[in-house]
Amino acid sequence: MTNHWIDIRNSDCILIMGSNAAENHPISMKWVEAATDKGAKLISVDPRFTRTSSKADIYAPLRSGTDIAFLGGMMNYILTNKKYHKEYAANYTNASFIVGPKYDFNDGIFAGFDSKAKKYDKSMWAFAKDDQGIPKRDLTLMDPRCVFQLMKKHYERYTPETVSAITGTPAKDLKLVWETYAATGAVDKTGTIMYAMGWTQHTVGVQNIRMMAMIQLMLGNMGRPGGGVNALRGESNVQGSTDHCLLFHIWPGYLGTPNASLPTLAAYNEKNTPKTNDPLSANWWQHKPKYMASFLKAMFGQAATAKNDFGYSWMPKLDVGKPYSWLDLFDEMYKGTFQGFFAWGQNPACSGANANKTRQAMAKLDWMVNVNLFDNETASFWKGPGMEPGDIKTEVFLLPCVTSVEKEGSITNSGRWSQWRYQAAKPLKGCKPDGEIMVELFEKIRELYKDGGAFPEPILNLRWDFVKNSKFDAHAVAKLINGYFEKDTTIKDTTYKKGTLVPSFAFLQDDGSTSSANWLYCNSYTEKGNMAARRDKKDPTGMGLYPEWSWCWPVNRRIIYNRAAVDLNGKPWSKNKNILEWNGKKWVGDVPDGGWPPMVDQAKTRRPFIMKPDGVASVFGPGRADGPFPEHYEPIECPVEKNLMSGTFTNPTAAIYGTDTDVYKTCDPRFPFVCTTYRVTEHWQTGILTRWQPWLLETQPQLFVEMSLELAKLKSIANGEKCKVSSGRGMVEAVAMVTGRFKPFTIMGQTIHQVGLPWCYGWLQPEDGGDSANLLTPSAGDPNTRIPETKAFMVNVEKIGKRG
Amino acid sequence: MALTRREFIKWSGSAGVAAAALCLGLDLKPVQSYAAGLRILDAKETTTICPYCAVGCGIICHTKKSGRLINTEGDPDHPINEGSLCAKGAALFQMTENKARLKNPLYRAAESDEWEELEWEDAIEMIAERVKKTRDATFTEKNAAGQVVNRTTGIAHVGSAALDNEECWLLQAVMRALGLVYIEHQARI
Repeated sequence: MTNHWIDIRNSDCILIMGSNAAENHPISMKWVEAATDKGAKLISVDPRFTRTSSKADIYAPLRSGTDIAFLGGMMNYILTNKKYHKEYAANYTNASFIVGPKYDFNDGIFAGFDSKAKKYDKSMWAFAKDDQGIPKRDLTLMDPRCVFQLMKKHYERYTPETVSAITGTPAKDLKLVWETYAATGAVDKTGTIMYAMGWTQHTVGVQNIRMMAMIQLMLGNMGRPGGGVNALRGESNVQGSTDHCLLFHIWPGYLGTPNASLPTLAAYNEKNTPKTNDPLSANWWQHKPKYMASFLKAMFGQAATAKNDFGYSWMPKLDVGKPYSWLDLFDEMYKGTFQGFFAWGQNPACSGANANKTRQAMAKLDWMVNVNLFDNETASFWKGPGMEPGDIKTEVFLLPCVTSVEKEGSITNSGRWSQWRYQAAKPLKGCKPDGEIMVELFEKIRELYKDGGAFPEPILNLRWDFVKNSKFDAHAVAKLINGYFEKDTTIKDTTYKKGTLVPSFAFLQDDGSTSSANWLYCNSYTEKGNMAARRDKKDPTGMGLYPEWSWCWPVNRRIIYNRAAVDLNGKPWSKNKNILEWNGKKWVGDVPDGGWPPMVDQAKTRRPFIMKPDGVASVFGPGRADGPFPEHYEPIECPVEKNLMSGTFTNPTAAIYGTDTDVYKTCDPRFPFVCTTYRVTEHWQTGILTRWQPWLLETQPQLFVEMSLELAKLKSIANGEKCKVSSGRGMVEAVAMVTGRFKPFTIMGQTIHQVGLPWCYGWLQPEDGGDSANLLTPSAGDPNTRIPETKAFMVNVEKIGKRG
Repeated sequence: MALTRREFIKWSGSAGVAAAALCLGLDLKPVQSYAAGLRILDAKETTTICPYCAVGCGIICHTKKSGRLINTEGDPDHPINEGSLCAKGAALFQMTENKARLKNPLYRAAESDEWEELEWEDAIEMIAERVKKTRDATFTEKNAAGQVVNRTTGIAHVGSAALDNEECWLLQAVMRALGLVYIEHQARI
């Protein structure tokens, strides 16, 4: 979230699309209702009339996988009817930038497409630059090659008629949603978006979100109270685990993982540190070399020196252009690439797309380690449906960890608040905290490497001074995450002794004199104490920022890009939503995105979007794999034979795979129904934690397939009857739930039915509770993130007969 | 007269309780006798954050002297949830106090059809040996193009968004020190 949960109350219009907050983030609705109680409008756009929809002023249905068409139409409405916030768009976004002559768009394909490699040459989308290398601009937004005009032309094609024929949303509903949301383009109004996996899990996932971000920018909603782009994250610490980068492509603090073409730290810094000649751009990522050196000092401590590049060469490198993502990982596992596998606190046998492929892949391992509270479908895959234990050689270790209340540490919520959790209970006998398991395992491995082995340096040199007597200490690690001065250092006349905690990332250095395991969390645990543990409820702005409750990255800034919340004079765009104001000498309110004076002071100011090299937000996004403007493409599996927007049917750059388990069945009469997956309030993710809890299981005991009254009639299925749901990849048995919450869509003149299933079940527990809905989903992914397309695919539903 | 729950507890626990009862015009005797029997009366209170979705609701845990939980409930002082919880958060107690929890390391040998119990020390040693064997056998110092990569593609890792920040950091540090590049977790799906 660029904003945070409580801030939703400051909104004039809340769009919930690609998420179902009332059921999956129930307490967030407290703040949605705080806004609607004051007159804000709530819009719910979803294929199914959910509990969120039941609270909405406006509900509009859409077919799964058509969000860009829906939002592209909204952009067309905003631009055609001049609903945008012009001063904001001209000054704070790249709408005024002139795009270079090579950019073009024709029949669904952008300039630079290599149809053989299925990749774009993104240099074709570059901006026209002046002799200083600074992008040319036209602040009147009239130049025919400026982003604004190109965008207008791009989205003129998204007429209400075409959009309605694609999405199945009645034209009157489209118009009402567009009008209502576009009203937040008024200077004093703000609107917000709450989205989740309903947007990310598509082969156009990134562009779904970019489309909305562009709308937010054109309406002037970014950086402002009651605005922003707000991802509702589904796991208690998935924000923190992302920040600390348990991901192949980034190191802690979003530092890109080095590839093999960058043999030295200098080469890495040269390639990855953005540069600008624009005096108005803060270009904050210019500090990346400091964050890299400080991270490596946290990894290797005393062993990391300037002489040895701070241990840069000890870190593993990726091959250039090769993805190592989830889908690629299980593709490789299926092909037999790995001998060993850790599934730490995760249940991939149920959670990933194309679960049959995942389960068969695990049978090709030599050994696997699963750490969990309960037995689960991953650890016990060898005795699951269709498996012959005698034929499976995989050794499995299942290690019991403790619950969140049996240990101490911090977790970061969706609003970027890092909150400290204290230990409430003693570990259950026989179980260990995850941190202790890591310490014991690593110390044993290190012991083995003292007697030799392949490339022992990174193992023997890994910093370990935060471990005392083989005990994991959350405070000691939290301090290292913040970072230390590694030697006596003088900055601006103040000397910081070696071992002092660094006050904030502005103090980090690139010469090895500081460590910080994650620069983004530098300022979270300082000499003033553990900021995440704070519980003071002061609210000086009255806007619900609670600056002394826990701690928020970066540097306790509660709303990111908050200098876009003010006009060029530093005054709030809306007087009644004041989170930040320039008082003539300094900023008052939230921690500003840099302390420079407002934009009118052209000599000293910096533009508000400080993480972007040009200082402005990207309406035009030339860095994406699939185009600088979002474009509607059909999902990899869809019910229609053509894309009404162009002759390009599906995302031409989507990730697809080629094993015998990677089956894609589009427009196949055997799989005629659109399907999506979702969750229920009473279960969490694959249900690994909740299916073992009698209170929760009783309320949601088994897998169901939800369908409309019309489809049930067509297939002669009665509510409660057992059905078989099948796709090109797998089959599950589920109880029919026949409701009025799904309605057939009219798509290009045809009736199209959609069904949905929760993915919270698995064969192991409870008995006869049904298996994972991910047995049905395809391993196809977004070209940018490679997140699988599990929210739009095709199935068949047939009655089995007996009542479930 | 509006009192929050916390203020009420503080106030009713003070010496002024009788006077307060007079002010309020209430007979507190039945309440007192009920309170005396409450299991949480002498329990230790500890705050935590809900381990399910990322709204980050505050929860109070009540623990008895044995160190086991006896109750969990919404934290009324927490500014996000103000004491409210969803069905899962309200059931947090049952995640910890649950007979189905694993209580010791389990091992499934190759081609076996059953679990066997392991001592922790043995489990850690057996895993460490396998990590070393696989890493040593698959470690690549240079890729096909002759570039230095210093990695192993013999081991992959997934998880975990349910760990604390400090554990997440250490987990990535350990896996990267071992040379893994296939490191992924819930955020990718």
